[in-house]
Amino acid sequence: MSFQPVKFYQTGTLTVGNRLLAQDERSVQANQMRSNSINSGHRACQGCGEALGARYAIDAAMAESNGQLIAANATGCLEVFSTPYPESSWQLPWIHSLFGNAPAVATGIAAAMKVKGRNDVRVVAQGGDGGTTDIGFGCLSGMFERNDDVLYICYDNQGYMNTGVQRSSATPPAARTATTMPVGPEPGNVFGQGKNVPEIAMAHNIPYVATATVADLRDLEYKVRKAMQMRGARYIQIFVPCPLGWGAASHDTIRLARLAKETGMFPVFEAEHGEVTSVLKIRNKVAVEEYLKPQKRFAHLFGKHAHPETVARLQAIADRNIRKYKLLPEGEN
Amino acid sequence: MLKQTEGSKAVAEAIALCRPEVICAYPISPQTHIVEALGEMVKAGELTPCEFINVESEFAAMSVAIGSSAAGARSYTATASQGLLFMVEAVYNAAGLGLPIVMTVANRAIGAPINIWNDHSDSLSQRDSGWMQLFAETNQEAVDLHIQAFRLAEELSMPIMVCMDGFILTHAFERVDIPSQEQVDAYLPPFEPRQVLDPAEPMSIGAMVGPEAFMEVKYLAHAKQMQAIELIPKLADEFKNIFGRDSGGLIRTYQIEDAETVVIAMGSILGTIKDVVDEMRAEGHKIGVLGIISFRPFPLEQVRAALIKSKRFIVLEKSLAVGMGGIVATNVRMAVTGSGLRGFTAIAGLGGRAIPKSSLHKLFRQAEQEELEAVTFVDLDWAAVNKQLEREKQTRRSGPIAENMLHDKGIVGVSAKFG
Amino acid sequence: MQKPFAITLKPGTSLTNHTGTWRTARPVYLDRLPPCNNACPAGENIQGWLFHAESGEYEKAWRVLVENNPLPAVMGRVCYHPCEGACNRGQLDSSVGINSVERFLGDEAIKRGWKFAAPAASSGKKVLVVGAGPSGLSAAYHLARLGHKVEIQEAGPLAGGMMRFGIPKYRLPREVLDAEVQRILDLGVTLKFGTKVANIEQSMKDGGFDAAFLAVGAHIGKRTFIPAGDATKIVDAVSVLRSMEGEDKPMLGRRVVVYGGGNTAIDVARTAKRLGASEAIIVYRRTRDKMPAHDFEVEEALQEGVMVKWLSTIKQAGEGNITIEKMALDEKGYPQPTGEFETLEADSVVLALGQDVDLSLLEGVSGLEIKDGTVQVSPNMMTGHPGIFAGGDMVPSERTVTVAVGHGKKAARNIDAWLRGATQEVPPKHELAEFDKLNTWYYSDADKTVRPMLDIIRRQTSFDEVQGGLNESTALFEARRCLSCGNCFECDNCYGVCPDNAVIKLGPGKRFEFKYDYCKGCGLCVAECPCGAIKMVAEDI
Repeated sequence: MSFQPVKFYQTGTLTVGNRLLAQDERSVQANQMRSNSINSGHRACQGCGEALGARYAIDAAMAESNGQLIAANATGCLEVFSTPYPESSWQLPWIHSLFGNAPAVATGIAAAMKVKGRNDVRVVAQGGDGGTTDIGFGCLSGMFERNDDVLYICYDNQGYMNTGVQRSSATPPAARTATTMPVGPEPGNVFGQGKNVPEIAMAHNIPYVATATVADLRDLEYKVRKAMQMRGARYIQIFVPCPLGWGAASHDTIRLARLAKETGMFPVFEAEHGEVTSVLKIRNKVAVEEYLKPQKRFAHLFGKHAHPETVARLQAIADRNIRKYKLLPEGEN
Repeated sequence: MLKQTEGSKAVAEAIALCRPEVICAYPISPQTHIVEALGEMVKAGELTPCEFINVESEFAAMSVAIGSSAAGARSYTATASQGLLFMVEAVYNAAGLGLPIVMTVANRAIGAPINIWNDHSDSLSQRDSGWMQLFAETNQEAVDLHIQAFRLAEELSMPIMVCMDGFILTHAFERVDIPSQEQVDAYLPPFEPRQVLDPAEPMSIGAMVGPEAFMEVKYLAHAKQMQAIELIPKLADEFKNIFGRDSGGLIRTYQIEDAETVVIAMGSILGTIKDVVDEMRAEGHKIGVLGIISFRPFPLEQVRAALIKSKRFIVLEKSLAVGMGGIVATNVRMAVTGSGLRGFTAIAGLGGRAIPKSSLHKLFRQAEQEELEAVTFVDLDWAAVNKQLEREKQTRRSGPIAENMLHDKGIVGVSAKFG
Repeated sequence: MQKPFAITLKPGTSLTNHTGTWRTARPVYLDRLPPCNNACPAGENIQGWLFHAESGEYEKAWRVLVENNPLPAVMGRVCYHPCEGACNRGQLDSSVGINSVERFLGDEAIKRGWKFAAPAASSGKKVLVVGAGPSGLSAAYHLARLGHKVEIQEAGPLAGGMMRFGIPKYRLPREVLDAEVQRILDLGVTLKFGTKVANIEQSMKDGGFDAAFLAVGAHIGKRTFIPAGDATKIVDAVSVLRSMEGEDKPMLGRRVVVYGGGNTAIDVARTAKRLGASEAIIVYRRTRDKMPAHDFEVEEALQEGVMVKWLSTIKQAGEGNITIEKMALDEKGYPQPTGEFETLEADSVVLALGQDVDLSLLEGVSGLEIKDGTVQVSPNMMTGHPGIFAGGDMVPSERTVTVAVGHGKKAARNIDAWLRGATQEVPPKHELAEFDKLNTWYYSDADKTVRPMLDIIRRQTSFDEVQGGLNESTALFEARRCLSCGNCFECDNCYGVCPDNAVIKLGPGKRFEFKYDYCKGCGLCVAECPCGAIKMVAEDI
């Protein structure tokens, strides 16, 4: 069963909380006693989507596991801003080993818990898109293939932000990064073949794969909690805008995540054992320009030397997603 | 229990007696037989509780071990050669995090050219990784060192490699005394980690440390290895008390008391060297042997003490610091700094090249006469080498070296066929 | 056991790192003025009472409502709800049915017998209120709650003023009016009927009143000269509507022509229809879009079969017919005669051309300024004569029940201040919660609830109430359509979206606080606050 939004009660399940909902219908984030797994004082940039996504996800996992949770973290922004000596922001047992091995480290932890008979202790691994879709990809696939009892969470901000905004295999076409500058006849990142890691995860037939965004908290929490109720390898990719890397205002983080979903640029869905079981429908479909324009990384597509044909290609990607995942409400697809 | 068994099998049995809780396996010759045997034991339910994980790479193998060790499970893996290099990033990380992982390195050459045979290049490349490295001379010692290794690693919370010569030991059938479970249990208490990932007591392991504390962290790793210098002999003594065998320790000497010339080596070649020394002793040569068991930590004082009464030493090593010479030799020279001892380096057995007694006789006699260059390449085919050097001088595109040389040596018929 | 140095850290220790120092602007919570509240002539805290209605706490909602307006059941029927016109939700789908929820609360209060809280301690002061219309009742209510002794002197036989004598039953059932009036009287307000104040100074002196509030309604219908034969019955609309309250219903005949374009014209035409007229025709000199009557009332009248002659004036009334002249709008939009005439059959002509107030009670009172038939008052509602305040139809203003109620409240508060020798301190208005301050993504899609309407036959033949009310579930639904513009409704968004946990949730009803030690000033809370109750303020750097 997919996430069942509450349709009314003023804001329904669209807001973080809702005083009109029954206690058991409320979000983890609305709870006064939420675990704040990643605490104040971390050094993430203003408006960091990853810091937010991590708290959303790990708090939900903490809630579902009754606090019996261990996290393995890949190198990256999340690791650097949360644990610079002498201070850690994490409130749960947490380990950082390397950039490319978080899935394997998590496998080791899960194995240790199994051998010690601690079935109650659950394991998550987390990393950015670079650590997941590029350098950690081998370990990720191995963890999937063995169906190790690990929930892997990828915080997708579409680039190597920690090292200074370079291109990753999750960087969208046309986007400016430090290694795909907006110069030459085809400025920005190439229109490559793409690397859809959620689909690759599905190809492993693992029990659960989902995508989510920081703009849809309730959907995100639902997916994390659902994943935590399962055993075996599970993968959730959370779309977390990066104000710094994207050249966006710090207050636009959630809006951009919302627009990524509403344009179809980032399809939000879930899949079990390799098959899509539900999609989060677009509520108010908008053209990709609305999503692209607030981001400086796409600024070269607009203005004096505009590239409308490139915008059209991006729109075609969004349209393809919409068709493929049937993202429009029933009857509109 | 005495057994005639393969080295890998014996080591696997010893590992099993140490009650490992997580074993990560990735195939690479010549360590495969060890993890295969362990895998079978786990699958058969003979080794339990234990998780045997078939990982997708050596990098993953070490990473899984990092995770399981940090979560408080006694963790083991084995590798060699390219496999060790592929996991290097994680090797350093395990040491940096202070995780007491035990890893067998079935020593093997490093490519290119790819070569599956024994030398010490692989583990010696990791001499600065923060791991301890113990070298076994025999399969019995390999068995014993693994048991001591768990104890040592866990007491110090530092990882350790037990190095045994690939094929020469791993695939050799020898008589080995496999200890009983009671003996091992008496020697090796359950793993009590210094730090553990536990929801009851959360902590953050693996922080980013800047210039303000990085040197201290590194010094503390060094200090731990210095503690190991003290601990290793003690653990060997304790081992002797329970198992009744002299095994382990930092160094082992042979016929050294009155030796004017001391041959220094690590691993299985020590057996051949001792035979040669016996033969030379019979002819009246004052020659002895110093075997180094603990390469990391390197027992500088013990090596110096063992050598100081001699006049010269020759380090016979199965490794090459390209562009410099010996690796072990450099360490030994450090140990005898200022002593006035003459020292020679002999590089031998790279990529599994046989080291015949005849060559050693010749080498050691030259050493006694101090007729050696500082670095000697034992049994090097100078004709082939010089021919290639000449070729390269004349032609820019002189073709692949290895193939040319094989051709020169008549091993490959017509290299062009493969070109 | 001693943990490894530096590389292993204790949990949650980053709290020592006060990231608030990064900030160049800080978020602050504020209450903005919701457009509904801003538009309400009675000064209701609409968003405030809807907040309680949203959680089904109707009595609480009603109590917040009556802080400003003691007549919610009446309001919920007769108010032209400028609040709904201003409602931000109107820009999203359709405005919140504030009026219908108000009516639900008012009816609920009557049904459940909710009473007003007892007045504060007595002030020992006496205030005379002249007129028991909406303004007078409102003033009496507020004055009584402020602890003053209040006496209403009403010229007529019944309370309600124009609510009773100007608004037909089918829009305002009398039992509703009676119930709300009685609740005010239950506060200890004295109401004297048939007491026409002829001279206010004298009445105050006689009664020993410390202050007076004059709230006489506009009961005098304006006339215009229409050449007419004796046989033509020409009456004014106010008289017609007033006579509806008496024993003898007005005799208007089968064909009734109503002259005028205001709400009263509509009311009287619809009344005529219900009294059995086969034709009720409104003659209005301009076009529908220029008509002062509210469009929904025009629409309802048309549904009931009332006809309108647009762009027409009555030139002459003969026996059983009238002559109308066609008009045309000039370029400025004013109607100009065309010289084209038409004859309509008419048994009676009802003039609905506006009303005047009888200001005779003010004669001889010093300091007053009378202009265009109204008394001039200062911003505190006091006339030029100290101690005499006025409101409602008597003062220059729009003449609606809601405006009158607002005047009553405002006057009462100023009278109270005046009696204490103080001046009423009006706190500055909060900044307006405009639509662009909202993040409307977060509100559920929900179309306005349509109130039930009486079937057309009964509308044409009876004085039963035309518009039905909401039931509990529809009222709740409608209340929950409120966007709570500018006022925190505890949706937890700020608490949730802060990447730095720099928001403290204080618990139900207590809202939130910022932890400025950690707030980096990203502004996400402001951007994602649905209702615009947070704003960024630059830090002094």
